[in-house]
Amino acid sequence: MFKKFTHEKIETNAGWLIVLTMLAISVGGLVEIAPLFLLDDTIEKVDGVRPYSPLEQRGRDIYIREGCYTCHSQMIRPVRDEQLRYGHYSLAAESKYDHPFQWGSKRTGPDLARVGGKYSNEWHTQHLMQPKSVVSESVMPNYPWLMTPLDASDVADRMRALRTTGVPYSLTQAEFDKNVQQFGEEHARMFHIPNAQTNLVSQAQAGNYDGDNSRVSEMDALVAYLQVLGTMVDFSKIKPEDLVKFR
Amino acid sequence: MAENTVQTTGHTWDETLQEYNNPLPNWWIYGLYVTVAFAIVYWILYPSWPVGKDHLRGLSTVTYMNSAGQAETNGWNTRAKLLKEMQDGNALQKPYFDKIAAMPVAQVVKDPELNSFVLSAGKALFSENCAACHQAGGQGKVGFYPNLADDDWKYGGSVGEIEATLVGGRRGYMPAFSEALEKSQIEAVANYVLGLSGHAVDKVKAAEGDALFHSNTGACYYCHGADAKGRKEFGAPNLTDKIWQWANVPAATDVNSKVAVVQKVVTGGLNKGVMPAWGGESARLNPGQIKLLSIYVHELGGGK
Repeated sequence: MFKKFTHEKIETNAGWLIVLTMLAISVGGLVEIAPLFLLDDTIEKVDGVRPYSPLEQRGRDIYIREGCYTCHSQMIRPVRDEQLRYGHYSLAAESKYDHPFQWGSKRTGPDLARVGGKYSNEWHTQHLMQPKSVVSESVMPNYPWLMTPLDASDVADRMRALRTTGVPYSLTQAEFDKNVQQFGEEHARMFHIPNAQTNLVSQAQAGNYDGDNSRVSEMDALVAYLQVLGTMVDFSKIKPEDLVKFR
Repeated sequence: MAENTVQTTGHTWDETLQEYNNPLPNWWIYGLYVTVAFAIVYWILYPSWPVGKDHLRGLSTVTYMNSAGQAETNGWNTRAKLLKEMQDGNALQKPYFDKIAAMPVAQVVKDPELNSFVLSAGKALFSENCAACHQAGGQGKVGFYPNLADDDWKYGGSVGEIEATLVGGRRGYMPAFSEALEKSQIEAVANYVLGLSGHAVDKVKAAEGDALFHSNTGACYYCHGADAKGRKEFGAPNLTDKIWQWANVPAATDVNSKVAVVQKVVTGGLNKGVMPAWGGESARLNPGQIKLLSIYVHELGGGK
């Protein structure tokens, strides 16, 4: 029977061809993707990584809506020149609450993985309105429409959707208590879905990211998101050789 | 027909349809075998196959210093390699950073070797971290970011003061006077302030503004100083020179519009001028880089 099973048989039999082709292709997936779910050291065990607050999460949605990822990556590779320019290389743990992650693959603009805290809110606002006004050689387009009011009515629904993917936003008291333990009370409050809209507005008012506190704008949300990027992990408390052992 | 000398696969479809069989050239096939052999060597030397909850680590190793300062050897991976490369790079720069840290600034800039190190390394640091606001040559932007190439400093222009600004960041603030002063009083103050830098202002209004400036009603003197030359502990600028940070006086064409822009600042106050912190807890730059950058900024032209 084996003798008859030749290459010719596969080429002339659509059924065999489909089955064996799929088998061959799945090897790549099995070898490259499946182990990531099994390996102990895929996600580094570091402190500080937390889900986004409602305002930051809305900013993240705007980041995706405007297609920022087409020109900006959020992935600092473990290479010397990148570390010198952008800061510590990105950890898998730092995007564990990102759905979808924004690693990106194209750098027309600089990497943004650690842009948080690098510039003032005012700079970000001005830069997003008209990038050339601060960076004369920039090819980034203007985003003046970000200065319009933010639709915050559906933020709870967005958080509920993310909750189904595993982001620990809380709905019940028990989940809230668990977040208090893991992230501290201040953050846990921010992750409580029933208070999402109130939390969003209060963060925007307190931060006044766009310099206009009369309303919450899309700019408030986007700048709040940019200012938190890459700031959650305190690398001064991590020994570099410990991260080496995670690979 | 003569051209049909190539072998066919031997299979015939639809009575006459045949497929040529062109075997790959030998150099190609052997090339493939070489890559297979290369892959096997690679598997042995470098991290490769996943095995259960772990993976094959490979025989290659990297030796770097751990945080306790001892040499530590780990299986080869990109993070270990980076750690080593960073340490090697830092070791090459260390003699320079050590010398700069130990030397007074006046001596650093006189030493040609150190000075060229400061200029080239400082330029790279400045371009990546500072130029977005202060612009490539440090010329700043009126209304937004201070000029670092002139000799007018809000928080002081000595290397030590520049260093403190870099480490902790700054936050500019001036209260709004719309409540404390009448419109006409604000206009008077604006006239006085512009008169200080030699503008041809309304003398009567300026005299009224002078009184307000030094009274406890306006209390401008408290931050800007009785001589209006600024007080660096508050980041309050010198008002007697012709350098303008917030009110774009040079761009206004006639005296009335110059008064108007100054009036606007006095009326609304300022709650901007935020410089992020680069040292301390943020640790975006290390102390050596900050000192180097302080010297670089100091040397941009206006250091005191």
